[in-house]
Amino acid sequence: MILRFLESIGATVRESIETLGFATRAFFNLLRFSPGAFRRPTLITEQIHFIGNYSLLITIVSGLFVGLVLGLQFYVNLIEFGAEDKLGSLVALSLIRELGPVVTALLFAGRAGTSLTAEIGLMKAGEQLSAMEMMAVNPVQRVLAPRFWGGVIAMPVLAAVFSAVGIMGSYLVAVKMLSLDEGAFWSQMQAGVDVQRDVVSSIIKSFVFGIAVTFTAVFQGYHVKPTPADVARATTRTVVIASLLILGLDFIMTAMMFAQ
Amino acid sequence: MPNLVEIRDLEFAYGDRKILSNLRMDFPRGKLIAVMGGSGCGKTTVLRLIGGQIRPQRGEVRVGGEVVHKLNTEGLYRLRRRMGMLFQFGALFTDLTIFENVAFPLREHTDLSEELIRNLVLMKLNAVGLRNASKLKPGEISGGMARRVAVARAIALDPELIMYDEPFAGLDPISMGLTASLIRNLNDALGSTSILVSHDVKETFAIADYVYFMSAGKIVAEGTPAELRVSTDPYVKQFVNAEPDGPVPFHYPGRSLADDLGLGAQR
Repeated sequence: MILRFLESIGATVRESIETLGFATRAFFNLLRFSPGAFRRPTLITEQIHFIGNYSLLITIVSGLFVGLVLGLQFYVNLIEFGAEDKLGSLVALSLIRELGPVVTALLFAGRAGTSLTAEIGLMKAGEQLSAMEMMAVNPVQRVLAPRFWGGVIAMPVLAAVFSAVGIMGSYLVAVKMLSLDEGAFWSQMQAGVDVQRDVVSSIIKSFVFGIAVTFTAVFQGYHVKPTPADVARATTRTVVIASLLILGLDFIMTAMMFAQ
Repeated sequence: MPNLVEIRDLEFAYGDRKILSNLRMDFPRGKLIAVMGGSGCGKTTVLRLIGGQIRPQRGEVRVGGEVVHKLNTEGLYRLRRRMGMLFQFGALFTDLTIFENVAFPLREHTDLSEELIRNLVLMKLNAVGLRNASKLKPGEISGGMARRVAVARAIALDPELIMYDEPFAGLDPISMGLTASLIRNLNDALGSTSILVSHDVKETFAIADYVYFMSAGKIVAEGTPAELRVSTDPYVKQFVNAEPDGPVPFHYPGRSLADDLGLGAQR
């Protein structure tokens, strides 16, 4: 009984390490064939357009609501201490440093990530990737690399849109509805946000999340067993793994970037 | 060299499951050779070995004098540019139009002008009777038409070798006859070598120059369609005449019905 339990733990650990090694090799393989994809930039720009469009609407709507809620919550709490003038700076820092990159990446995983996994998985199930190989075209270079870089490039842009719309949302609620002084809102924001420390960190974060989410999505799609059931499972796995990666990486990067 | 493809002493297994053993086959240039046999006998595996998608455990496959599994990725891709393959259900790219599907190999492997690509694609689509469907997506045409588009895509680069994996599966009689004559005509018009994997006796015998019969990963009979029609070999007879029982048993091997019902023990 105990032996069987230990055996199962051993098997799980071994399997996890094996999967990690396999994914690492796949990642370097993807990088190896990326220059080939960059030689045909239209393949990548098409994907940026396509993947970016997938997530644009949900990013804007979510950004607006998050901004509205932040504006309201901060106002209600800050006014108790007479510190409501700090609202602009607090909202901007929350959005730029954390919520922008993290929430956008989570939405991206749910919207574009699942689409990528399902698309590539169904291409595999329908023998389209084998057909491509038989036509002497490398699917990693032709299908995976453009989608991967399309996602990686689209993510910081989407995060910026999220933060910008969020700031507009908090502006609407705090300034237009709750009559916070407009000058204080913007000037505090301008004074509180540092380009190097906050904006650049935010771009780095969303770039890393872009790599994590898009790689998870294309990896899950490409290594799916060619059956409808496994394509469905892989799509779910993309959301679960990508979400955990985003939250874990966010903690690590926040600690590295902002810990005093 | 008269043979474009030669298979010698070939053995292949998925893990412990042996699929092919001691296979020897010749595919002469310019001929249409059929590989026939029941489902799961290893026919498609032969095509995958010729295309270099899998590697044999023993023996070799030579295409144009080159041993396929000894080639590096670059060499393999160079060889594949001389091949065209039709997958069982067409394997068309569902996000591209019919036109773009056929243009795909041309765009990937040539620097031809847009006008020349257009003319070539329309000519290939004309050959399969689907020039007017060029703007449609694969989801908007029937299974038989999709198979014909896949044929047009397979011949886009005028390959020396064309492989057809079950081209008749799931087709209505009209599409089946149409596909069969298309395969024969393309072989003769392009002067290419064709390998046709199928279990459809009537259509295959009507167009093939030579037929290999496979069972459980081995060649059990071979000859021209005329020779095989009068063959006394029990396996060929069962297959050609579609008899339910014979060397290929109706029942999955195992215990007898009497044993399962407990009748054997009473005796």
